[in-house]
Amino acid sequence: MLDVVWLIPALPLAGFLFILLFGRRLGDPKSGYFATAMVGASFVVTVGVFFDLLALDAEQRTHQVTRLFSWVPLAGRSIDLAFLADPLSITMCLFVTGIGSLIHLYAVGYMHGDPRFSKFFLYLNLFAFSMLMLVLGSNLLVTFLGWEGVGTCSYLLISFWHEKESAATAGKKAFVTNRVGDWGFMMAMFFAFWAVGSLDYSALGGAAGTIAQSAATAIVLFAFVGACGKSAQLPLYLWLPDAMEGPTPVSALIHAATMVTAGVFLMVRLSPLLSVAADYAGWIIAITGVATALFAATVAVAQNDIKKVLAYSTVSQLGFMFLAVGSGAYVAAIFHMVTHAFFKALLFLGSGSVIHGMHHEQDMRRMGALRALMPITAATFIIGWLAIAGVPPFAGFWSKDEILLFAYDKSPVLYFVALVTALLTAYYMTRQVIMVFFGKAQWHDAHEEHGAAGDFTPHESPKVMVAPLVILAGLSVVGGLIQLPFSDNLKRLEHWLEPVGEHHLSASADDLTYVLMAVAVVVSIAGIAASIMVYAKHKVKPIEPAILANAWGYDRAVSRFMGGPGRQVFADIVEIDTQVIDSLVNDTGAQIAAAAGQVRKLQSGNVRNYAAAIGVGVVLLLSWFVVVRGLL
Amino acid sequence: MIAIATPTTTWYLLLGAVLFAVGVVGVMVRRNPLVLFMCVELMLNAVNLTFVALAKKLDDIGGQTTVFFVMVVAAAEVVVGLGIIVAILRRRPNATTDDLAELKG
Amino acid sequence: MIELFVFVVASAMVLGGAVGVVLRTHPVHAALSLVLTLFGVSVHFVAMEANFLAAVQVIVYAGAIVVLFLFVIMLLGVDKTEDLRLEPFRVQRPVAAVVGAALVSLVGLAIIASRDATTAVMGTGTEVLAADGSPLHDGNIKRLARDVFSDHVLAFELTSVLLVIAVVGTVVLARKPRTDGPGGQPS
Repeated sequence: MLDVVWLIPALPLAGFLFILLFGRRLGDPKSGYFATAMVGASFVVTVGVFFDLLALDAEQRTHQVTRLFSWVPLAGRSIDLAFLADPLSITMCLFVTGIGSLIHLYAVGYMHGDPRFSKFFLYLNLFAFSMLMLVLGSNLLVTFLGWEGVGTCSYLLISFWHEKESAATAGKKAFVTNRVGDWGFMMAMFFAFWAVGSLDYSALGGAAGTIAQSAATAIVLFAFVGACGKSAQLPLYLWLPDAMEGPTPVSALIHAATMVTAGVFLMVRLSPLLSVAADYAGWIIAITGVATALFAATVAVAQNDIKKVLAYSTVSQLGFMFLAVGSGAYVAAIFHMVTHAFFKALLFLGSGSVIHGMHHEQDMRRMGALRALMPITAATFIIGWLAIAGVPPFAGFWSKDEILLFAYDKSPVLYFVALVTALLTAYYMTRQVIMVFFGKAQWHDAHEEHGAAGDFTPHESPKVMVAPLVILAGLSVVGGLIQLPFSDNLKRLEHWLEPVGEHHLSASADDLTYVLMAVAVVVSIAGIAASIMVYAKHKVKPIEPAILANAWGYDRAVSRFMGGPGRQVFADIVEIDTQVIDSLVNDTGAQIAAAAGQVRKLQSGNVRNYAAAIGVGVVLLLSWFVVVRGLL
Repeated sequence: MIAIATPTTTWYLLLGAVLFAVGVVGVMVRRNPLVLFMCVELMLNAVNLTFVALAKKLDDIGGQTTVFFVMVVAAAEVVVGLGIIVAILRRRPNATTDDLAELKG
Repeated sequence: MIELFVFVVASAMVLGGAVGVVLRTHPVHAALSLVLTLFGVSVHFVAMEANFLAAVQVIVYAGAIVVLFLFVIMLLGVDKTEDLRLEPFRVQRPVAAVVGAALVSLVGLAIIASRDATTAVMGTGTEVLAADGSPLHDGNIKRLARDVFSDHVLAFELTSVLLVIAVVGTVVLARKPRTDGPGGQPS
């Protein structure tokens, strides 16, 4: 299967083209099942490639490049459209196609009845294609192609219900903020090409030993700017909470499991350069990550929209992943990416199920006591909650713990902040579960406000939507098994990713493994307990100040700056453009026209003047002959 | 003295040069289109004279062949030119070359 | 001596006629002066033993071209005298004088300076001679014919075509425009 690795992105692309031509004819639900089948087939091919890679030994696994054609032919330095099937990319493909097909299936049920049903799957398949190109690319340019593609699909899907003003605006915001990050990516590509002479990952890895430290640092930091845009870190996280305007399957696929992880993926791909870059590069990444994590966690505590809580939670967990990257724990970052994909997709799909059952009500204050009415949703959601809160033996605990371990190794201060964030994570997720599934039912009043005809009772979602929830819940339970810290044999992910990303723990931290594990468990339980005290037992008053609900006013500050002084700056630049540059061009033209106006006068229309001119010319020519050619 | 000198090629060539110059001056000075055309004929004749003189001097029939063809082409040229003049002057009977200045830039 | 006399008389005809063309106010007079010039040139041709060309000169130039000129003058009725004192462009006459003088002097200079240049004899001769080397009475025309119809036959053919085109073109050009429109009905 290794030689048909190009099928992996080709199948969703074929799906996109087919639905483009025949989607409307297929309709609801056939086009949805078709799109699911395409991504599912991609998953099957990925599994085949995975087993083929396993059969090779570790050294060979990093060299499986499938070249399609020469994309940018330069003498000696061409950039090809090629795929690199190594452990890292295949790991990413596995969960992108796997979770992707589950979400496609879910969306068949969620989007049932929407007038633009087939268009939704058109965009979803295009997204799958772009993401797979991003992940499988063997050089920065193919990755950038996928990077831009997922950005575009994100815009298309966030503003899918574009009749709603807020949705259209959110789509634009996502695209523009991403673009700022893309500038960083492009600068990184320019530096890489200039310093190394190639954009291939293998060449970059090989050159890590030889290039100047300043070049490596520049590449890594600019790539990090791009990653901040795509993976919603401070200061470019603004678009992710607004992106919840899109349908829930979009939030699950793009803004939880796949697109937002592209930034982490990029940093891990560039890890050979990060290891040789200046020390402060790693610190910048780690501090940004942990600061974002804390920031987002504090904001999530005060959110009332079921999806916004999960959005800020995603930003927070991505911060954890960047903390890992900054601390040199690349395997831990990938591990957390995988487990996060499982439980965050589960949580988003579960919230979608709740929204569907509540007839599109999203405010948690109007939910409550849904446990009995939506049993499967509730059960799977609870599993997801336990996973994200970091309760063993669920998947989230193992990956988060690994990150905490490496954070402690880098600096106890980072570790402490991350620990506080973990506490808050447990706290706000418990709050969400209690508000939605336990407590008193608040939705009886909603009945009148919604104007629903007849009796309004929340109901469980159809099987098509519930089945993916169950599968993801299962994965959230057993996902931790791929990397258990107890002994070297059990560290399967680390061995699998060995040629791509390596990390080492210092001796002192190694001893403290079990101690820190215990501390993490205690913190999770404490967070859950505190939340139960506040929201279930009502023994303590909830602290949800307005400033947290407004995300520390950051979003508003940015809007005010961009609308005010920001706009002024750009208006000034436009002024310079019209006055200086345009006038240069226009004046040149005007002067030429004026000169031509003068020359025009020679053309008097009179034959005799022309004859005189000819005569004068002949005389001059003859004089040249006589004088210069030397008859005199 | 006068009786002794025989006309050499140089004399004929000089004559041709003077005739040509007269033709050029005529083209520049006269305003009647027909007379202007006649001055062009003067120039052509000057050239013919030159060719024949040199043919004699170099003992080559090529010069005379050229004159033959020049005469043919001059005839054709006169035919067409006069046709044009007829076409123009039919509309504007008293036009001079100065009045026919529509191609002003 | 004869040659000198012939040369002087013929040159007087040529130059006198030329000056007459330029200076005569009445177009018909100018045309007649042109005829004088053409005759003078024809005499020069005879003096240079280009017999055939002399004949052609009189027949074609003086006999056809000048006659054509006169036909057009009479047809259009443009035989009004032109006032030579008028000159709308003040710069024109001085420029003409300068150009004329310069031309004569420069070309004259070139001619005089190269008068002693060695002649490269092309060696094809301007006459066909009899078997014993004596000149034939139609030697020149024979030689000219030989040249035109062998070495320059393509030019000959092309000039024939040119003449046909010129005649056809002029007929079209000089036609009187039709008074009714192309559709037949006045619009």
